[in-house]
Amino acid sequence: MIEKINITQWIIIAVSLVAAPFIGALIAGLDRKVTARMQGRKGPPVIQPFYDIIKLFSKQPVALHKLQILYAFLHLVFMMLVVVFLAMGQDLLMILFAHAFSTICLVLGGMSVRSPYSRIGSLRKIMQMLAYEPILILIIVAIYLQTDSFLAGSVMSMSKPMLWSMPLLFLSFLCAVAIKLNKSPFDVSTSHHAHQEIVKGITIEYAGPYLGIIEIAHFYETAILFFIIMMFWQTNLYIGFGLETLAFLAILILDNTFSRLTTTWMLKYMWSIPLFLSIANIIWLWSK
Amino acid sequence: MFNAVSKSPWVVHFNCNSCNGCDIEFLACLTPHYDVERFGILHIGNPKHADVLVVTGSVNNRNARVLQNVYNQIPDPKVVVAMGVCTSSGGVFAGCYNILGNVDLVIPVDVFVPGCPPRPEAMIDGIVKAVGILERKRKGEIFPTAPKPLCKFKPSEEQSTEKTAIKEEKTV
Repeated sequence: MIEKINITQWIIIAVSLVAAPFIGALIAGLDRKVTARMQGRKGPPVIQPFYDIIKLFSKQPVALHKLQILYAFLHLVFMMLVVVFLAMGQDLLMILFAHAFSTICLVLGGMSVRSPYSRIGSLRKIMQMLAYEPILILIIVAIYLQTDSFLAGSVMSMSKPMLWSMPLLFLSFLCAVAIKLNKSPFDVSTSHHAHQEIVKGITIEYAGPYLGIIEIAHFYETAILFFIIMMFWQTNLYIGFGLETLAFLAILILDNTFSRLTTTWMLKYMWSIPLFLSIANIIWLWSK
Repeated sequence: MFNAVSKSPWVVHFNCNSCNGCDIEFLACLTPHYDVERFGILHIGNPKHADVLVVTGSVNNRNARVLQNVYNQIPDPKVVVAMGVCTSSGGVFAGCYNILGNVDLVIPVDVFVPGCPPRPEAMIDGIVKAVGILERKRKGEIFPTAPKPLCKFKPSEEQSTEKTAIKEEKTV
């Protein structure tokens, strides 16, 4: 059944589509600043990601073939679709599929070129997806167990914060966020610092504006992930924001204390401890 | 906002035939003491993402093609910074049997940073100068290539005869 979208919903969609990349870029800027302070450096200004994006769009567009450009655009479009679905409180399973397809587009773009580093990065990205997707599905299952609905909007109908009913799932979700943001020890497919291992992995063959598109999609993704963290305390926005800040700091400390580990280690870890915690949480919710 | 190019220069670093002195000094610029990231400078390993190419060491027959290839892969606008005295004259390697000599024989150079190795301050200064040129290149102004601080080293007659003498000695 297709419902008609009224004017307020259009405004919400437009505002979230415009605001999400700005929030993502600010988070990325804060990330670089706080990381620099943790390492005893001064660090770039907080609006550095904006400069980077503007610079990338003023560079010469270089691509190996047209399909590669299409995949970069699809990556961005499906990430924007996820933001639209979340803003409208749509089906969480649909959001998961759109998000997964967006990542798959990035993988296809990486695999479509004859560059060994790009292909290694793409293969590792698939392993990363394999590592975090079960946790995202289990979170949706946990929401369904409590509200009897797969709609993202149904979360708001819960009287108590989601964190009280799914604390272990929250911890697992933080690991998934660390993977999605490519933080150590999970930054196997591409990395923000020290590009020695596979140079820049999955985005190595993108240059200029096309790299900018992928960066913007990454900002959308960051905003989505932090919005979901905020959803864990949906009753009070301020406490939700505090929770978000704590999660942000925890991920940065994780990033700065660990070195990059192998893909197999990541998969073994994610399929043992976080998955076990998530299933324990689900069993507890089911038996309650 | 419009001079964003000069606020996020991403640097790719290519070692031609250096003794690694310049490379170590250049990496020292990333440490907390100098912290080039505060200017938005990122040290990346991929020429396709880079704006500034930093070359260290003199060019030889093997790596001239590689250097040309790396230069061609950087999307426009781009600048080249030649670090150290080897890049302008061949340095201590000049006159060696395998050395072609200075970097601007192969690619156009915008800034030469002299020194063996240059101090990190000089390196940061060189990159900041290069960034100014990058901004002017983006606006479409043509910028002349940099004057070399030293002329190319040519082995004198005596030295070349000495070399042949040593060779003859070895063969005997």
